[in-house]
Amino acid sequence: MLTKRIIPCLDIKNGRTVKGVNFVDLRDAGDPVELAEIYANEGADELVFLDITATEQKRKTLVELVIHVAEKVNIPFTVGGGISSVEDVEILLNSGADKVSINSSAVKNPQLINDLAAKFGSQCVVVAIDAKQIDGEWMVHLVGGKVPTDIKLFEWAKEVEQRGAGEILFTSMDHDGTKNGFANQALAYLSELVNIPIIASGGAGNMQHFTDTFIEGKADAALAASVFHFKEIEIIDLKNELKRNNLPVRL
Amino acid sequence: MEEIKFNKSKEVSPLGGLKGGVVIINYGAGNIQSIKFAIQRLGFEAVLSHDEEEIRNADKVIFPGVGEASSAMEMLKSTGLDKVIPTLKQPVLGICLGMQLMCKYCEEGDTKGLNIFDVDVVKFDDREKVPQIGWNQIENLKSDLFKGINEKEYMYLVHSFYVPINEEAIATTTYGIKYASALQEKNFYGVQFHPEKSSKAGAQILKNFLEL
Repeated sequence: MLTKRIIPCLDIKNGRTVKGVNFVDLRDAGDPVELAEIYANEGADELVFLDITATEQKRKTLVELVIHVAEKVNIPFTVGGGISSVEDVEILLNSGADKVSINSSAVKNPQLINDLAAKFGSQCVVVAIDAKQIDGEWMVHLVGGKVPTDIKLFEWAKEVEQRGAGEILFTSMDHDGTKNGFANQALAYLSELVNIPIIASGGAGNMQHFTDTFIEGKADAALAASVFHFKEIEIIDLKNELKRNNLPVRL
Repeated sequence: MEEIKFNKSKEVSPLGGLKGGVVIINYGAGNIQSIKFAIQRLGFEAVLSHDEEEIRNADKVIFPGVGEASSAMEMLKSTGLDKVIPTLKQPVLGICLGMQLMCKYCEEGDTKGLNIFDVDVVKFDDREKVPQIGWNQIENLKSDLFKGINEKEYMYLVHSFYVPINEEAIATTTYGIKYASALQEKNFYGVQFHPEKSSKAGAQILKNFLEL
């Protein structure tokens, strides 16, 4: 049986792992390669590396980091942040990344999704969507949630699926950093709306939140950062807890 | 068609030199660095190559593949290796799309395969999310490839098309339907999952292949 995936996210700034509360206050949480190895050994199902400075500073790639991670880590990983062209993606995949995540660049140039899917296959194209509710409507935001758009989350999700995205990484900016749980209502709606896997992101605070997002939120995978980085939740404990709740996990 | 950029094997082999005799076929499709690194972690050395002689002289050949079937097959044809691979005598391991291209026909892109495995590759239907992405179990294991691997071990899979169960199946996986997640015909092996990304158990399968 296909299992629910637990995905630690390593936010990268200047080659170090950081995690911001609501993407503003940054705290240092260690060396990304070392941390990645630890997570792989502890039972993480995948890893995501997001260069959170990339979108603003237009910094291109994390090629060095990708090579070092690919050398050491025996589980799949996704790289995101500042990826805006087919050439960017080619370098990252050739360096050992399994998937790339695109966000703002997909909003600015939706054709990029089609181009990447055609050249590399949908399986390596993750479209990350940051959204928050404005007057009761989920709206897509850019640049780490700072810049609102007039794009509706659910319409955009449907479009990215049709253009060839292989997965959607949905971050609720209303929940991110709160540790109050994932945006399960919106996640469940997304999961029914599209037929590609949905990764839930934003709001993980305790183990029950993961159970909730897999059951109520119908998520295929759940991503979190600080609860793992600061050892508030051990991955093995989390997986055992999910198993007790009859969710399929890899143990 | 775009020009394919091939890396010269010496340039992309940081440890230099070839002792282990493992060649990963480099035809422009696939996450080949990951396979190379996984082999290095096992203490073997692998060379990336699209040179016929180098491939024929290898002890073991790995045929990777990620992406879309018809464009991958076009890239393979542009190297002439579509004629070489089916005639190889040493153990050959196709991974993911590599395995699919070793089949008779791929529904994806209406692609004629290498016809090593006598089966057609078809698409998952929409009852499940497509692509299947994540860790799923392999069972009904019957090959030395799976020495030391438990039934229902988890492997990492990412795919939208699958091989129906046939006589060449040496492992099965269930995603909506039960399908063949590994194949063997004589010296040719194929795995739908990614052993190079499947933690310790995946490494064991790669090791088993290298020790065949």
